[in-house]
Amino acid sequence: MQAIVVDNIVMKYKVKKSVTDALKGISFAVEKGEIFGIIGPDGAGKTSLFRILTTLLLADSGNASVDGFDVIKDYKEIRNRVGYMPGKFSLYQDLTIQENLEFFASLFGTSIEENYDLVKEIYVQIEPFKTRRAGQLSGGMKQKLALCCALIHKPSVLFLDEPTTGVDAVSRKEFWEMLHRLKIQGITILVSTPYMDEAGLCDRVALMQKGTLLSVNTPKGIVGEFNKPLWAIKATEMFRLLNEVKADPSVESCYPFGQLHHVVFKSSSDGKEKLEQIAQKGIFKEVEISSIEPNIEDCFMALMKV
Amino acid sequence: MRTLKFLLQKELLQIVRDPSILKILFIMPMIQLLIMPLAADYEIKNINLGVVDQDHTQYSQKLVNKIISSGYFKLKDYSPTFHAGMHAIESDKTDLILEIPPHFERDLIQENKAPLLVSVDAINGVKAGLGGAYIQGIIQEYNQDIRDQWLQNPRFNEQPAIEVTFSNWYNPNMNYRVFMVPGILVMLLTIIGSSFAANNIVREKEMGTIEQINVSPIKKWQFILGKLIPFWILAFGVLTFGLIIARVVYGIVPVGHYLTIYVFASFYLLAILGFGLLLSTFAQTQQQSMLVSFFVTMIFNLLSGLFTPIESMPHWAQILTRFNPIAYFIEVMRMVMLKGSGLADIKTQILALLGFAVFFNGWAILNYSKRSG
Repeated sequence: MQAIVVDNIVMKYKVKKSVTDALKGISFAVEKGEIFGIIGPDGAGKTSLFRILTTLLLADSGNASVDGFDVIKDYKEIRNRVGYMPGKFSLYQDLTIQENLEFFASLFGTSIEENYDLVKEIYVQIEPFKTRRAGQLSGGMKQKLALCCALIHKPSVLFLDEPTTGVDAVSRKEFWEMLHRLKIQGITILVSTPYMDEAGLCDRVALMQKGTLLSVNTPKGIVGEFNKPLWAIKATEMFRLLNEVKADPSVESCYPFGQLHHVVFKSSSDGKEKLEQIAQKGIFKEVEISSIEPNIEDCFMALMKV
Repeated sequence: MRTLKFLLQKELLQIVRDPSILKILFIMPMIQLLIMPLAADYEIKNINLGVVDQDHTQYSQKLVNKIISSGYFKLKDYSPTFHAGMHAIESDKTDLILEIPPHFERDLIQENKAPLLVSVDAINGVKAGLGGAYIQGIIQEYNQDIRDQWLQNPRFNEQPAIEVTFSNWYNPNMNYRVFMVPGILVMLLTIIGSSFAANNIVREKEMGTIEQINVSPIKKWQFILGKLIPFWILAFGVLTFGLIIARVVYGIVPVGHYLTIYVFASFYLLAILGFGLLLSTFAQTQQQSMLVSFFVTMIFNLLSGLFTPIESMPHWAQILTRFNPIAYFIEVMRMVMLKGSGLADIKTQILALLGFAVFFNGWAILNYSKRSG
């Protein structure tokens, strides 16, 4: 049985007379025990999708089920067996770490002791501060506490809405390590993130843009879908270079990527020569051209153009 | 039940943690109860009197002395002409002019009648009305005095006269505070009930914590009761505190039983907390809920009979007061405090409040939805 099934979900927000399509008929399925990533920029519709799946929001049309339960008919069952960590920190800031955890455990009719194994690894990191109020914690600690609170009732499916947004690089890495350990315990994890580099850490990802799914695949599979050679170019005047490469009719796309520009040509042959020609014509200095392997972000950029 | 216990624990913990809530809860009633009953007094004293005496006789002097010795008036201006007296009113020095025309004494003695003119500055309507009435009363009394002087004999009045004696029941000394303090106490409970609970839920919305509550299996009624009970208890604390102030500071001891007040207050708080909860299900920010509860409680207060008697309101406003829980509580407070009414006497009011409680709380539970869209 699949842990999450989403079938043609449509969600519209009406503000006065204008209508925003947050989700335009989305379908995908998540296997049990998978880490499934929803990757997309702000405004892609990630949070709306999460709120529908956690029974906080009613979709306009379409069906969805979590752990075999329908999000509309059996919402009470779902509330018993999912953990949800909203994008915004939403624990009681005026309660201490321990009080928050105890409160959320008791809401689900359990106790910290009963499920301590599950949160132990995360909780020990914040335990020294357990009498500190949640509002006074650092961002990374808040994140860990929120994860503990979402896990304390031993959910079978965990929804994490942008858990790493605004968290430093070290904490992000730690956070993903924690997710992998939870996966081993058999918990299905649906996680959303705006960071493309985190896609590779998921078992499968869905690339999302403006309420539609561009692609659903394993990170490798998505990269494999990128079938054209990709070139990187670097020179002294990067901005002029970008414009001139873009102006060339044989170029399909060119976009800045860190210190390099990534370039894709319409036809797949002799890209290097064409780039050299452009660089010579524009009299650029210190030109470096290399062939590179595409990553998720390249795929996302390519899929967005389609 | 277990869940409810944890919710209550959490709520009380948060209330105790927030130093401002407890401070407001106990300092606000203290200040209001200590200041308002002394300041909000209907009796008008210190009306500034201007006299234009063009007669300058024994009789006119006597009249002016009598007016001033009444205690309501202060002689602020003594002008030779009406024009000058008018000037004093215009410059806000006086509120009222008494003009005694020339030959006042002569006319009174010779022709048995003499005119007087009273001009009142009516910018402050209450002051003008009462000031005019007071001075009229004094002049009439003065008139009676003169008659008595002249008509030494015969012993019995030839004209039949009706003499009126007053006896003020339930508040024999017309002590203004006895009447006002219970009302102010009600106002306080209302403010606490309607805005504290409402703000509390809206705060959960603002902080986003309500999301976490909503995805949990907790039931609607558990959540709402979890919010209602702590404030219900707090309001009782404030009521007790207020009754102590009333007793210690103003010496107001209810003729009826304290228990009657508490029983009625428990129903009243259910209704008013329900109103606050209903408000919170609509409001998205604390600002919204504050403003609406402020607006509504102000109207409730003005239409409650606390400041102006309900009987003197226009008919449509009297109908409105029947839909005002505060009006019932103020009525009951005064009945119990001054008249000693028992539970049997306030049956109707209890039933009415029970109706309000069911209406507000029912609507709040219906309107509180754990999911949107």
